Amino acid sequence: MNKELKASAPTDSEIVLGILNNSEIVLKKLYTTYFPMILQLIVNNNGDEDDAKDIYQEAIIVLYNKIKSGKFELSSKLKTYIYSVCRRLWLKRLSHMNRYGGDIRDFEEYLPVDEEVDDHNERDIQFSKMESALQLLGEPCKTIMEDFYIHNRSMQDICERFGYTNADNAKTQKYKCLQRLKKLFFQQK
Amino acid sequence: MSDHQLTELIERYLDGSMSTEERTQFELLRKNDATVESRVAEHMQFIGLLKQYGERLELEKRLNAIHDEIDVHALKEEVTIHPTWVVRMWRNHHSKISVAASIAIFAILGTLFFTGKLNNHESNFEQLSQEIGKIKQSQATLNTRTNSIINDIKGSKRITNPGNFRGTGFALSSNGYIVTNYHVIKDADSVYVQNAAGESFHSKVIYTEPGNDIAVLQINDEAFEGLGSVPYNFKRSSTDLGENVFTIGYPDSKVVFGLGALTSATGYQGDTTEYQVSIPVNPGNSGGPLLDDKGNVIGIINAKQTQVAGAAFAVKSAYLLKAIQNIPSDSLSKSLTLNTKNTLAGLSRTQQLKKLKNYVFMVKVYNQ
Repeated sequence: MNKELKASAPTDSEIVLGILNNSEIVLKKLYTTYFPMILQLIVNNNGDEDDAKDIYQEAIIVLYNKIKSGKFELSSKLKTYIYSVCRRLWLKRLSHMNRYGGDIRDFEEYLPVDEEVDDHNERDIQFSKMESALQLLGEPCKTIMEDFYIHNRSMQDICERFGYTNADNAKTQKYKCLQRLKKLFFQQK
Repeated sequence: MSDHQLTELIERYLDGSMSTEERTQFELLRKNDATVESRVAEHMQFIGLLKQYGERLELEKRLNAIHDEIDVHALKEEVTIHPTWVVRMWRNHHSKISVAASIAIFAILGTLFFTGKLNNHESNFEQLSQEIGKIKQSQATLNTRTNSIINDIKGSKRITNPGNFRGTGFALSSNGYIVTNYHVIKDADSVYVQNAAGESFHSKVIYTEPGNDIAVLQINDEAFEGLGSVPYNFKRSSTDLGENVFTIGYPDSKVVFGLGALTSATGYQGDTTEYQVSIPVNPGNSGGPLLDDKGNVIGIINAKQTQVAGAAFAVKSAYLLKAIQNIPSDSLSKSLTLNTKNTLAGLSRTQQLKKLKNYVFMVKVYNQ
């Protein structure tokens, strides 16, 4: 399986274009092409397959966001970039768990990617705050917020879903929910 | 305008559902009112974060779906670096191996303890050290014997050696008869005696008795003018144990006095012709007189047993007297009359020695 995947490895520019065009096939190809490399890195450095999945997905998200934001330049191989990000993330995770012995077994060459990883971590913190704020918000506010702001549903849809008799009531409800969500979000440290 | 209304305005402004007129109005408001402006920015940022969060969840869902299609276990097997079977064995079973090893060690130690093997080792060791002790003892006796044999050899060699050999002799009479040890003059070509003043006189061996290690010399040098009467006499009976004795001789190039006591009535290995005395002597003392406190000659120093500290031997004076009687009369060119009057008795030791040293000679032997 590994060899077949490698044989059909997409070129780096194909991947960048595919991601910019939201191609599901390219994303899948990207994912399956480099996962074995990262699995190898993690399982041979005190991790298991679940750690590998977490780390790899984070790296793919970093790459994805970078491509989407238009800041990505193909100055190095995608493979090296992904490996470097994963390596950096895994070292952080290891030292966080006190499992880092000061020595890592490497399989590829790597680049310094500290800035990207730090940016990513900063954003992750914001997202986890948002997640817990939404959890605390409770129903129906959570669904209203998600439907309206994330899934871009119209107020009309939302009225019908929640059985509001008129759009004004729904709007008032949405406003109250948003105010509470902001409050919950900013209360967190 | 309430906060609620403002929020709604901002949302409508952002999603583009405002009419051109409303829009112009709102932009004017935004420009003039800093509060409104900051509210717009804040709202945009917060909703942006919320949207990105949604996108992130969406992306994670997609990635998870892709991930689920991968056969992670097979892949993991493929990429894991397997350590050698010994390491794996140790990692998986190290606790069991440790327990087994400790049980084995306990079992061995227990068995050894209860079968008495551990104790036996100690007694074996004791036996061994006893064996070594025995060997040491036999080694020591062997050494003693070898040394005495070497001594004997040395004693005989001294005489055969070219060059001169020193011993001591002392006067028997005032006319130049001197007694010394046979071994001192054995095999000699020529013999000289030297007095305390350093004068040498040629001498001739006139009688020897190797069995008692006695030799009698006669000074036949023209320069010799006689000694004056000998101050000591010769004791006929044997002397008692513990008697203070002294000697004077030439272990060195100068005359040396030695003080001691008679420690045994018999000599080396029970030799009845000799006394054993505790007195500091050296090879050159051979032939010197052994005197008691009163100044009677009781013997002739003849050997030193090197292995026994402080033990020296002396030929008893009775055998000296016997030897003198045995001298054939044709060997004596002059009469050999022993002095019977002891002029040393009652003198202090230093006075005794002052007188005595004139009658004690260094015997110098030349051969070849």
